[in-house]
Amino acid sequence: MFATPSILRMFAHPAGSAAAGTTSTGKPPVLKVGKKPGSEIKVSNLNVSIGNNHILKNIDLEIPNNKITCIIGPSGCGKSTLLKTINRLIDDSEKVKVNGEIIIDGENIYGKRVEVTHIRRKMGLLSQRPIPLPMSIFDNITFGCKLHGVRNKKQLKQIVEENLRAAGLWDEVKDRLHAPASSLSIGQQQRLCLARGLAIKPQFILGDESTSALDPISSRHIENLFVKLKEKYGVVLVTHTLRQALRIADYVVFIYLGEVVESGPAKELFNAPKHELTKQYLSGVFS
Amino acid sequence: MKLKFVEERIFNLLMVLATLVVFGFFASIIWTIARTGFPSLTWEMVSQLPGGGFYLGKDGGILNAIAGSLMIVFASTLLGLAISIPIVFYINVYLKKASRLAYFARLSFDVLFGIPSIVYGAFAFTIMIFFGLKTSLLGGIIVITLLIIPIFVRSMDEVAKSVSKDLLDAAYSLGATKLESCGVVLRQIAPGIATATLLSVGRAIGDAAGVLFTAGFTDNIPTALNEPAATLPLSVFFQLSSPIPEVRERAYAAALLLTIIVLVLSVTGRLVTGRFSKNRIK
Repeated sequence: MFATPSILRMFAHPAGSAAAGTTSTGKPPVLKVGKKPGSEIKVSNLNVSIGNNHILKNIDLEIPNNKITCIIGPSGCGKSTLLKTINRLIDDSEKVKVNGEIIIDGENIYGKRVEVTHIRRKMGLLSQRPIPLPMSIFDNITFGCKLHGVRNKKQLKQIVEENLRAAGLWDEVKDRLHAPASSLSIGQQQRLCLARGLAIKPQFILGDESTSALDPISSRHIENLFVKLKEKYGVVLVTHTLRQALRIADYVVFIYLGEVVESGPAKELFNAPKHELTKQYLSGVFS
Repeated sequence: MKLKFVEERIFNLLMVLATLVVFGFFASIIWTIARTGFPSLTWEMVSQLPGGGFYLGKDGGILNAIAGSLMIVFASTLLGLAISIPIVFYINVYLKKASRLAYFARLSFDVLFGIPSIVYGAFAFTIMIFFGLKTSLLGGIIVITLLIIPIFVRSMDEVAKSVSKDLLDAAYSLGATKLESCGVVLRQIAPGIATATLLSVGRAIGDAAGVLFTAGFTDNIPTALNEPAATLPLSVFFQLSSPIPEVRERAYAAALLLTIIVLVLSVTGRLVTGRFSKNRIK
């Protein structure tokens, strides 16, 4: 149905290659990472087009729980689209067409009877720049919980404290919980957004270049949180900063022009990339 | 370099001048109506109904017009908000940005925005004749509601359009439905709603042409929706047309009162807007 550029076909099906992250069966490379029984997101033959623009091509991935998986690649290669496809935020884009399967907990999230809000609840999203809701710090955290039926005031207070602590923000805001969220610094707002996402008890945390708008200290703070949070959640990060992926990633997926070129354990991919495009990208030939 | 400095100064001066012209007009309007109307603006005038021969210079007040105007404005503002807010949410949250329906809806409201109120009045009058209805408070409320809906929708729509898609995505990613996400947008555009309300109230309370055919005029305070209602702009109009100087002075007093009501509503609105803006994300 979709044409694959010849240069990518070359990388997707290298003759006689047994390299990590590629297959010799004529299928695009499949990422198999993490403890096998723990694999929670399985992407099969995913194709996404917006209008006439074929953005994601034949993506096959298995993203594990309790690991940090970084999706890297040059600008416009489809990293953020992949993330938005995983939590179905892509649905609201104009003229979007999604083919293929994304299985979470054994359920194809693009199946006919799937409730979108239920899927999104499983995926806590941290966007590029912090987007606090136009309400107080307290209400930001409880907004999602209230949507899902938590009304008990005592319970809500507990949820607020628990998640602000998890996001490392409690000590800074405990005395002004009812102040507007917009009064926080950008770094604090991003941690608030993380706490807000954690409050709805997601299974995965999706980060779309979530430290790119932050100062180095806040950025490091968020990175440390991701490392801590992977004990409880699967973390999928889109990042433009290779050094960040190097610091925190357990697994790396390199996407180029909408196709997975190479994927595998972070150390392996960074130290011994198998493909010329990956080598070029890592050495800064293009970005 | 020197030329750029001169250019900067000239344009700066022109901007200050333009601002002063507007202030000048405002001050001049207030001064004209206050100078003539203030001596006639008595407690008796605002607290009494017009007595026999009021329009010939005898005793009485314009309480009928004050009450009628406030009733029409209050009811039409509530009705206008109740109709406009869902329209704004539908266009901005439910429809996609490139939607043709959204485009035609905006175009229609732009056209309706520009239609003079007398046309609304004439249109409503035709409908009323068709159904055999008489001029009434309800007629006035309906025509003023129709008049202010385009103002409400277009002013709120401009604010809602500026709400970032990321904010909606933030709500969706927490598992919110579109309807639930409207609550988030509502908080973000609350100052815009307050401003739209102020604009609409100003237009509604000052409109004479729309209510001329539909609300009619009476010396009493309406006690039911099917009774005619007096309004302040028509009270000003009828008194100003009088050849008797005392009655014309009362017209200015009524105009002054109308201006004071609009000013009080505007100042209150600004204060309320300030409160709504507290949580807004910039």
